[in-house]
Amino acid sequence: MSENPAFDTIQGEIDQNDVVLFMKGTPVFPQCGFSAAVVQVLTHMGVKFKGVDVLADEAVRQGIKEFSNWPTIPQLYVKGEFVGGCDIVREMFEAGELQETLKDKGIETVAA
Amino acid sequence: MSVSRRIEEKLIAALAPAGLEVVDQSDQHAGHAGARPEGESHFAVIIVAEAFRGRNRVDRQRLVNAALRDELAGPVHALSIKALTPEEAEATA
Repeated sequence: MSENPAFDTIQGEIDQNDVVLFMKGTPVFPQCGFSAAVVQVLTHMGVKFKGVDVLADEAVRQGIKEFSNWPTIPQLYVKGEFVGGCDIVREMFEAGELQETLKDKGIETVAA
Repeated sequence: MSVSRRIEEKLIAALAPAGLEVVDQSDQHAGHAGARPEGESHFAVIIVAEAFRGRNRVDRQRLVNAALRDELAGPVHALSIKALTPEEAEATA
């Protein structure tokens, strides 16, 4: 359907996982400080998430920028909705909004 | 013209900020992926503008990113953005 084949891969990940983080590296071995920061927030909150390593697929690495209309990585999706990148995730977490957003969407977190 | 100066000029032209600070953080990332030997690859922007009123975080950053499209496609590897309305800036000051 879409002109960019990477979009199907991206949409598939977003459809199949409640919380998806498009990142550089893996949750265990992030390859970038910004990706690592988001992993740290999600892990701290006890959120189960799927990490998609964009370094492993050049088409996804470029495609996700167009898909989200967002030029940088990491990018967090919750229940199909784009939440933001590192700055936004950090700001929302510090303001307690991330916890609320996840709760509203029925995502389990460790009770804070 | 330096990359930071270009970032400043483009943001001023696009968003007429009431406050703007562009910080070159490249030295914190020297030698890391995306860092350029000549520096000027990692930036943080704090911008205060009326344009952010009534817009959520994602939309605010999209405004900034759109103004800096060429820089992000070129020398700028990482850009950290804090986008505030004048009232929000005052409240955090």
